[in-house]
Amino acid sequence: MSNLSATATLETATAENPVVGIDQSRGDFKYDVAYEFDAGTGLSEKTVRYISSVKKEAPWILDFRLKALKTFLDKPMPTHWATKDLENINFDKIRYYLSSGQKPKRTWDEVPADIKKTFERLGIPEQERKFLAGVEAQFDSEAAYSNIKEIVAKQGVIFANSTEALREHPEIFRKFFGKVIPTGDNKFSALNSAVFSGGSFIYVPKGVKVAQPLQAYFRINAENFGQFERTLIIADEGAEVVYMEGCTAPKFSTSTLHSAVVELVALKGAKIQYITVQNWANNVLNLVTKRGVAHEEAEIKWIDCNIGSRLTMKYPGVVLKGRKARGEVISIALANDGQHQDTGAKMIHAADETTSNIVAKSISVGQGRSTYRGVVHIPRHLKGCRNNTECDALLINTNSRTDTYPAITVRGDANSVQHEASVSKVSEEMIFYMQSRGLTEAQAMSLAVNGFINDLASQFPMEYSVELKRLIDLEMEGSVG
Amino acid sequence: MSAVPLPQPTVPGFTAERFAAHLASRHAQPAWWLGAKQAAWNQYKALPLPVRTDERWRFSNITGMALDGFELPSEPAAAIPHLPDFPHAAELTFSNCQIVDRAKTILSAELSAKGVIFAPLDEALRDHGDLVRQYFQKYPVALGSDKFVALNHALASTGALLYVPSGVEIALPFVVQHTLSGDHKATFPHTLVVLEDQAKATLVEFFVSVEAGSAHFASGVNDLHAGAGSHLTYVGVQNWSDATQAFQSNSIAVGRDARVLSLNLHLGGRQARHESHSRLLAPGAHSEMLALTVAHGAQEFDQRTLQSHNAPHTSSNLLYLNVLLDQARTIFSGLIVVDPDAQQTDAYQSNRNLMLSDEAEASSLPGLEIQANDVRCTHGSTTSRIDPEQQFYLESRGITPALAHELLVFGFFERVLEKLTDDNLHEALRTFIQAKFKKL
Repeated sequence: MSNLSATATLETATAENPVVGIDQSRGDFKYDVAYEFDAGTGLSEKTVRYISSVKKEAPWILDFRLKALKTFLDKPMPTHWATKDLENINFDKIRYYLSSGQKPKRTWDEVPADIKKTFERLGIPEQERKFLAGVEAQFDSEAAYSNIKEIVAKQGVIFANSTEALREHPEIFRKFFGKVIPTGDNKFSALNSAVFSGGSFIYVPKGVKVAQPLQAYFRINAENFGQFERTLIIADEGAEVVYMEGCTAPKFSTSTLHSAVVELVALKGAKIQYITVQNWANNVLNLVTKRGVAHEEAEIKWIDCNIGSRLTMKYPGVVLKGRKARGEVISIALANDGQHQDTGAKMIHAADETTSNIVAKSISVGQGRSTYRGVVHIPRHLKGCRNNTECDALLINTNSRTDTYPAITVRGDANSVQHEASVSKVSEEMIFYMQSRGLTEAQAMSLAVNGFINDLASQFPMEYSVELKRLIDLEMEGSVG
Repeated sequence: MSAVPLPQPTVPGFTAERFAAHLASRHAQPAWWLGAKQAAWNQYKALPLPVRTDERWRFSNITGMALDGFELPSEPAAAIPHLPDFPHAAELTFSNCQIVDRAKTILSAELSAKGVIFAPLDEALRDHGDLVRQYFQKYPVALGSDKFVALNHALASTGALLYVPSGVEIALPFVVQHTLSGDHKATFPHTLVVLEDQAKATLVEFFVSVEAGSAHFASGVNDLHAGAGSHLTYVGVQNWSDATQAFQSNSIAVGRDARVLSLNLHLGGRQARHESHSRLLAPGAHSEMLALTVAHGAQEFDQRTLQSHNAPHTSSNLLYLNVLLDQARTIFSGLIVVDPDAQQTDAYQSNRNLMLSDEAEASSLPGLEIQANDVRCTHGSTTSRIDPEQQFYLESRGITPALAHELLVFGFFERVLEKLTDDNLHEALRTFIQAKFKKL
């Protein structure tokens, strides 16, 4: 979901699925890359030791990984509540680490030609020049390129990949690493903790407000590959940062696994906004754990948009740890044929006067299935906590499917929670009216769907919001009649 | 979890010997029925106890369940409690699983002449075995309590059959009373209601412990069948002792253009689980699912619901209101399922929790599974306290805080109570709720 520029051509558009094919064609290409480092296929202690050794990691990190591997192997698949599709993952057939070197390049000129071609085609260098404060471009397991603008670096902002950050700034990152999302949080956070590579580690010093967004771009190039990036963002007291991530992969005939762990820490009065536009090819299993801790008067906002992947399971959460902390999740999901978007939010209130807001909108097209799953938890003895949750689902075709599974627990009489959800279709009257004004049925449908998500799409940065609307237009093509 | 000590077992629980004795005592009953009881017993033994990882038991205090040490009473109690009286068509009273005053509860000649049947389960099996066989658990509820439903089948001896033939409308309610007396007594009521096409009837069922301190065990099951165009109102009033482990499973099957209103009032029990499954089987079917709960002390009320829209043009409306005091817990887990061809479904689900204590805990899991696109499905869940301005106003008029609470609770409950068109019944429910507040 990088295609913010209008340069690349759609030459690789395939016809096998005309609806999905259109938007995903942008990322659907690959170059043969000779990897210098390859952990082979399958997962064992050897794989973990290999990854740790090529990264020249400190012993405590290897210990952390090995413990995580054990946790991963011990934990059952969560299929008592989650989709049985998870059972189709064959962990023995996945390649866990592939790279052409562990040190990212600081200029695009140094990036190996075939990798550079990939990112140029995705428009990353161009976006960087236009409106980003820093970019990290990950190619399979490692970042090929990482740079922040000098002015931002001078403010003391650290923007590095996980390997670099843990080696060069352990005093900053070790304290929070694996603390927001413990290894044993779930089977996939344990898997990530065992084999993580790449991702962004960011530290924004006290009072620094990063004016432009920092961006990471995740690219899967190899077949049967698992990408396990690890992101940790720390905004010190009063700091502010906006982080965006995008992703693409070529469409392989076999499924690909993407399982990230993203931890955010907003210290007193800090603000973090984390924007994801997920547009994986529709053979990717996207199983991601994302959580932030908001301290006193801090604010964490997840803007999460899921359009691609075969199965996404992702419930960004905020632990509201300090008084008056605020958490927000804005979620947009679009599920087309063969896709299951199982997304939602978690809000754990752990201090007085904390507030949280969840707005989730999903659109199911064709046989697509979208699921909202949420947790709101307000334990005892807290005062003045509030949560508001709204979930709206739009079903386009007669065989589209949507589910809503919220879980709300409130203790005590000094808090208030409200949850509302609705399921609807595009009103025939609305379509008829637009057609009577000269629009085709497809145009009318696109307009109606864009109207449905408009209030959320407008919260995205402008470039993303425009892109999102374009993607929805494309997804809606051929969905009616 | 609550620190209330678990009732100590005094006698062995539901053992194979006890089941064999129960079966032997019913040797005169039809063979199919005894076979079904044996099968249910085997199923009860085979099924595991609920586990935490079962989503259908999420948030339930499974480890707090007390299942041992109960026995089926063999003699009616000396005293039958006096329940609120109101005009009714007929009444069946069970005391400690025995029918009492049967001579006084014979159906009027007028209703019998119309073909109405209202009989204890044992009599129904003797006189109308085919009818019972046709409808008994025709639509089982699968919301998690299979084990306790199986136990109900295995040990069911009390309960009733209400059968209303086509076109017969009865304005006055039928009443079934289940009361338990003495410590560690158990009951397994099974009530079957069959309304033929265009029939109309109301059934009110009371579940009451005689002594407030006795530990009881109850696992009840209802099969409610509403034929085409029929109107069925079912009211369940549960006022077991605060030391009771209670399960209740309601199956509601609604036919073409039929309407079923079910209202359950939950007041008693140490841990009370109630499952209710409505099936909208044909176009025009409507199910109104209502519940009122007042939870106090360390009580846990666990309510699980399912609204299955199996046919197009069906509607359902669920409204579950909980009031929580002290350290009480409530769980509401509801699901609306719309089948792929159930277009034009109109379904609503709402759970509201009124918190009157800083220690109470309410969990709410309002779910939807929608596989048709031309539908209107909404749900809402709110948890909040009493509006302080309303309370202040009442207190400024000289009303004590406790009475102000009670008045505001009735205000909160009124949107459910007002759906009962029978004023006497409405009043009877209010009496029960008021009595609970007086105890607090």
